[in-house]
Amino acid sequence: MGIPVFLLIVFPSLFFAGIILRTKSICSGRKGPSISQPLRDIWRLFQKSAVYSETASFVFQIAPAVYFATLLLAIALIPLGGRSGLISFKGDFVFFAALLSLGKFFNIIAALDTGSSLEGMGASREALYSMLAEPAFLITMASLALMTGHYSFHGIFGALRYGSSLSLAAGALAVFVLIIICLIENSRLPIDDPATHLELTMVHEVMILDNSGFDLGLISLAGSLKFAMYGALISNIIIPHGLAWFYIIPVFLALQISLAMLVGMIESFMARFRLNHNPQYIFTLTSISLLIFLGALIISGKIN
Amino acid sequence: MGLSLTIAVFSSFIVFSILLVFIKNKWKGLIAIAAILVNSLISSWLAIRAITGSIFTTHLFAGPVFGDIAIRIDALSGWFILMINFAVITGILYGSRYMKTFEKRTSDITLHYICYILNHLAMIAIFCVQHALAFLCAWELMALSSFMLVIFEHGKIGTLKAGINYFIQSHISVLFLTIAFIWVSSKTGSYDFKAIGGYAAGLKPALGFLLFLCFFTGFAIKAGFVPFHTWLPRAHAAGPSHVSGIMSGVVIKLGIYGILRILLLIKVDDLLVGYTILILSAISGLYGVMLAIIQHNLKKLLAYHSIENIGIIGLGIGLGCIGLGLNNPLLSFVGFAGALIHTINHSLYKPLLFYSAGTVYQATHTQDIDQLGGIIRKMPHTAGLFLTGALGICGLPPLNGFISEFLIFTGLLIGIATGPASAGILLATILFSMALIGGLAMLCFTKAFGIIFLGTPRHEDHVPAGEAGWFRLFPQYLIVLPMLLIGIFPGIFIRLITPAISLFTGPGQTPAISAEVVGTMQTIGLSGAGFLLLCVLIFLAKKRITSGKSPKISPTWACGYSAPTPRLQYTGSSFVRTYRKLISPLLMMNKSEGNISEVFPRPIHSHTNPYDKLEAGLIDAPVRFLRKFMNLFDFLQNGSEQAYILYGVVFIIAVVSIPVIISAVIYLIGI
Repeated sequence: MGIPVFLLIVFPSLFFAGIILRTKSICSGRKGPSISQPLRDIWRLFQKSAVYSETASFVFQIAPAVYFATLLLAIALIPLGGRSGLISFKGDFVFFAALLSLGKFFNIIAALDTGSSLEGMGASREALYSMLAEPAFLITMASLALMTGHYSFHGIFGALRYGSSLSLAAGALAVFVLIIICLIENSRLPIDDPATHLELTMVHEVMILDNSGFDLGLISLAGSLKFAMYGALISNIIIPHGLAWFYIIPVFLALQISLAMLVGMIESFMARFRLNHNPQYIFTLTSISLLIFLGALIISGKIN
Repeated sequence: MGLSLTIAVFSSFIVFSILLVFIKNKWKGLIAIAAILVNSLISSWLAIRAITGSIFTTHLFAGPVFGDIAIRIDALSGWFILMINFAVITGILYGSRYMKTFEKRTSDITLHYICYILNHLAMIAIFCVQHALAFLCAWELMALSSFMLVIFEHGKIGTLKAGINYFIQSHISVLFLTIAFIWVSSKTGSYDFKAIGGYAAGLKPALGFLLFLCFFTGFAIKAGFVPFHTWLPRAHAAGPSHVSGIMSGVVIKLGIYGILRILLLIKVDDLLVGYTILILSAISGLYGVMLAIIQHNLKKLLAYHSIENIGIIGLGIGLGCIGLGLNNPLLSFVGFAGALIHTINHSLYKPLLFYSAGTVYQATHTQDIDQLGGIIRKMPHTAGLFLTGALGICGLPPLNGFISEFLIFTGLLIGIATGPASAGILLATILFSMALIGGLAMLCFTKAFGIIFLGTPRHEDHVPAGEAGWFRLFPQYLIVLPMLLIGIFPGIFIRLITPAISLFTGPGQTPAISAEVVGTMQTIGLSGAGFLLLCVLIFLAKKRITSGKSPKISPTWACGYSAPTPRLQYTGSSFVRTYRKLISPLLMMNKSEGNISEVFPRPIHSHTNPYDKLEAGLIDAPVRFLRKFMNLFDFLQNGSEQAYILYGVVFIIAVVSIPVIISAVIYLIGI
């Protein structure tokens, strides 16, 4: 039951980076590489030998594996189209958030393990941003739980109905919050520019400066998985209830592709924020999630 | 049986104390270990019996003043006894090695070990006796012995100051408890705890709540709830590391025990109590971790984290009370389970962190985070242990910290979904703080672990020589074991702890709810185990794929810069600088900084010193005012003996004449 869902989320993720890249190329008037190019890069990285910093310890070596494992397990929690994920229990979205934190924890200490001041800078930013983004995710999920009366991803998404305009608004806001969180967590514009060449302004890219070979491949793959994971969450909110599976698959794929294209468009037409404006921007999400919560209170009839 | 057990425990204490005095310094540690083991065995036996259902009750006649002392060990006491026994055993195993450094100070060491044993006994007594006077005596004994433990390095002025600060504040706690106990016993004439429940049941709600607050404040000072926390970071940073571990891991839990016990006894408006505790706890949790992040001193950082964890435990208790008030048995079960398990969890990873911090301190002779670095190369075991503790305290799976935080999160979600709107809005705010606490804890411990253990040494004077000995690592690995067990088999653990929870939630629906929660927790445990497996698999796959290619070792990429020095590394202060700037209105950073002047500037220094804004406002300012006021009377303290004799004479005359004058006035008015 869960395995097809898992594969359905993981498989398209392989092309996520490619679609983003292609969109950016087309927007800037270039032809661009094929959408499987990032995948081929990762394959090549897997075959390369690594260069380790002389400062780095075992933490640096296990961190990418741990990071990757957290993402796989997190994806295993996500349901799709009324079918539960591999693992499902009450409160699984708390587990989901904790898993992502665990992955970040290891990323951050791996960056500090190299003793590089630039990587320390990136690590510091990553820790701060994820701290600011976490409440928004949990409050959004709690509001959806309040709306539906269920406490698991499967239960919540299975019971989500858009009967009133208010619930539609709450759903739309939830999608918005998740898209922004997805951009923050993946360190994309407008928080962080993955294409920049100035280490001083990087967040994610500067943290993995010293990773190479298999580890770097794993981290790049994890980036795509993370996109697909949030894409799947967003699809769960959007895909209408009771759709047959042969409709769900194309709709899901279309949503994933449009999310990738959206990211590509944002990266083409937006500039990166000044770094010291990021905290305010990320914190705004929490207030939006509180709006959803207010909506949920009204929908559930607690205030009228 | 009660009497013989008491006699056995006391005689073993006396025998071991005498042995400690006369034996050679080298063997003192072993004697102390033996004494602790004997006491732990006896009390654990009683505790395990209590947990498995046979509550131990007995009465001890202790003379005309005390009367009958009721001794009752129920499941709640049982769990607390087991918890402190484990922490105290690992503490003495670690401490007996830690104290080797001070082997020359014979009398200090003897006193230290005797106080350690006494502290353990006093804590057990606190969990066992249900008699106000005996409880206060045990409490006082615990406060005094832990004060002696904290000021072991009494040659340092800072240690003494911290110790005296702790001494005074723990007696303010005693003051509140005494008032509350006297209040009850003067009305009922009984010292038994049962009288408290009976008396409170007949009180008006407002008075009952006041009585509860009186107890609560006394216990909250011990537990370290904000704003009663100011003694905690000072005292915990001052003591030897195993003492800090014990203080932080279990001694402050006496406050939690007290609050739980009083909740069982005094039945007041559950919702009001729940909201009070919830709000106070959320503030404690946030404030504790917010200050922890900016600390430069490792042990202070850990101590502030204790305040945060006490806050999380309090959130569980508050949720449990709200569940009782809303008649939601699932919510109250989840709340109290979260609180109890978090109490136990914190008693595991906090000592672990303090022990590894102590190992680092003894190897490098500094606690300043910014002076350290790269310790993992010399001390991989200590680093791994600290990392385990850090993952636990951040509430990350698959370790134990996640289990209790998950329960509390679940409680919040249930409360939001089923409670009225007012509760929902408050709980959503709490959910927000809880999520923020998690993120802040991660910031804090990536800083602590990353800066201390990773990178390259920041100062050549503070490089450790090598890994600590196995005797020192063993107790720390001993702690990791239950941490993993709770993380991976939380279901079994919750089943074991259900009797203690059902004391609060009532025996009615608890078994069914427990079974439901156990099912969910089982899945989490399995997922955690699966996660570990997945990590190992990916790592093995990596090993296999890259087996043919030997990795190259080269300097860290410094973006083209060819001569990086260790001083270029990020420090703890720079790691959290953005955060510090963000919340600067809430903090108090005393900063002294030189200005760059002249054409060829001299070296300048920048020095930051974090201080507690609440302490400045709530403790320092009133004390300053009091001093100013008292200084008005300093002419009285003039040093001449004649004046002092005069004061005595004036006092005696006043004592005799004031009643006479008063009765004269009454007589006159009466006419």
